[in-house]
Amino acid sequence: MKHSRKVASGPWPRLQRAWDIRAAFNFIGGGTGTGLLVMAFLGALDGRAWFIPAFAGMAFISFGLLMVLLEIGKPWRALNVFHHPQTSWMTREGVVALPLFACGGAALGLNLLGMSGIAMFFLAVTTLCALGFLYCQARILRAARGIPTWREITLTPYILLSGPTEGTSLFAAFAVWAYGGLVWVLPLAIVLIAARAAAWAYYRNGLEKRGAPEESLEVLDQMAPGFYLVGHALPVLLFIAALADAPGVPWLVSLGGLIAALAGWQAKRVLITRAARTQGIAIPRTPVRGRGQSHPGARPGWINR
Amino acid sequence: MTKYAMVVDLRRCVGCQTCTAACKLANATPPGVMWRRVVDVETGTFPNVQRVFVPTSCQHCDNPPCVAACPSEATKKRADGIVTQDYEMCIGCGYCITACPYEARFKVEDVDFAYGDEPMRHEAEKYNDDMNGVVQKCTFCVDTIDEGIAKGLTPGVDPDATPACVNSCIANALTFGDLDDPDSNVSKKLRDNQHFRMHEDEGTGSNMYYLWDKGEIRL
Ligand code: SF4
Ligand code: SF4
Repeated sequence: MKHSRKVASGPWPRLQRAWDIRAAFNFIGGGTGTGLLVMAFLGALDGRAWFIPAFAGMAFISFGLLMVLLEIGKPWRALNVFHHPQTSWMTREGVVALPLFACGGAALGLNLLGMSGIAMFFLAVTTLCALGFLYCQARILRAARGIPTWREITLTPYILLSGPTEGTSLFAAFAVWAYGGLVWVLPLAIVLIAARAAAWAYYRNGLEKRGAPEESLEVLDQMAPGFYLVGHALPVLLFIAALADAPGVPWLVSLGGLIAALAGWQAKRVLITRAARTQGIAIPRTPVRGRGQSHPGARPGWINR
Repeated sequence: MTKYAMVVDLRRCVGCQTCTAACKLANATPPGVMWRRVVDVETGTFPNVQRVFVPTSCQHCDNPPCVAACPSEATKKRADGIVTQDYEMCIGCGYCITACPYEARFKVEDVDFAYGDEPMRHEAEKYNDDMNGVVQKCTFCVDTIDEGIAKGLTPGVDPDATPACVNSCIANALTFGDLDDPDSNVSKKLRDNQHFRMHEDEGTGSNMYYLWDKGEIRL
């Protein structure tokens, strides 16, 4: 017998088990895929061949959604996901995915047929849909009100920045081989990586302010040194070295791009599968029994009680 | 209008888990799934510690985050306040589990019974294949309520129209009734006692009230 969660015996926050690594893959695929589509479009504006990054972007998003399909209990009822656009960000994510795939398919197909003008138009629409898709993903987490580390409002800018950062970093690794580099890609990647680090710090600070389960914070803090130093400082240094024409530029850029993308993926894995604790039980007062008196209540396992 | 709510008197609950057992019997929930549970909370620091038993389940919130999140409309709020679950609509995405601030929802992946492969009598009677692979939670014993009302009974007053947990409580710590009726037992208890709702700051509008002292509200 497998249950997605076991009953708590105590009042403490505990790790959610409703969503596992497959759900994390959806956020990884959605974010990176969106980033790659944006970069494919920007590359196209610069007159570069964009089929491969656009195809990779679509593949990332498809992979994420496939993982979700494998996670849900009744995959053959998947169409029911479209029933609640009024309030459900999961429905909205599904709704946006429809034109995303239709236009993305059209863009890739028309590009193969050599109709580059109209293909570009579809690529632009696909990119807009992908940004909408990413926004829905950020809001899905915010609406998960049972998980303090997800509902935290400062997670939204992080999710919105992380996807483009992952996509741009991977695109830089690709562009350096495919186009021999693009002058604007590395500076853009550096800015995004720095912004992502700042967004993470802002998120962590928001959690501190509004309170969160101690063990969630511990997990995030354990990750932080590697996340900042290896996942952010190192790729920025590698990109700066590449910009300064250090020896082995393509390798420096590839390594930096891959590391920056991996750092974003790792953070999402940790967010979904390890830092996602429930809020547990909270009582503001203890009851008055007999001739006793009421005492301050408790919120076990929390900071900012 | 009618708005069903549960009042839990924390002064009376002794943590015996009879309501938990009654719920498991009434709803034949599989092992590991407890629509109703009683959590043991310790407060204070040694040697000044207190122990509080907190019965909890789905709170049938006024603004249920689970309903807002659900992409399939499998979970809905009725006009009488009860939050329902449609096992035939649910896709088992588990989003509602993460949306619920009260840990009230459970996804069952596979068939399982309390004692191995063979169901006990009550499990066999209640077995519903549609409940596998989807999410389930406390229903306030909605079928009992509906059947009771159809017979002219009053939920919260007549046991045949009242949730099993409330009927079973050995300490009379649980009360069920209509919050919109000023003369209902729940309305009277809330008028005469100080109370709180859990995670009130989340704005869910929980319909499970905890009494902690007599007198007017002065938290
Ligand atoms: S307690 Fe949880 S499951 Fe019940 S109505 Fe509120 S949010 Fe939904
Ligand atoms: S698991 Fe079922 S009830 Fe819960 S959000 Fe998904 S479809 Fe809705």
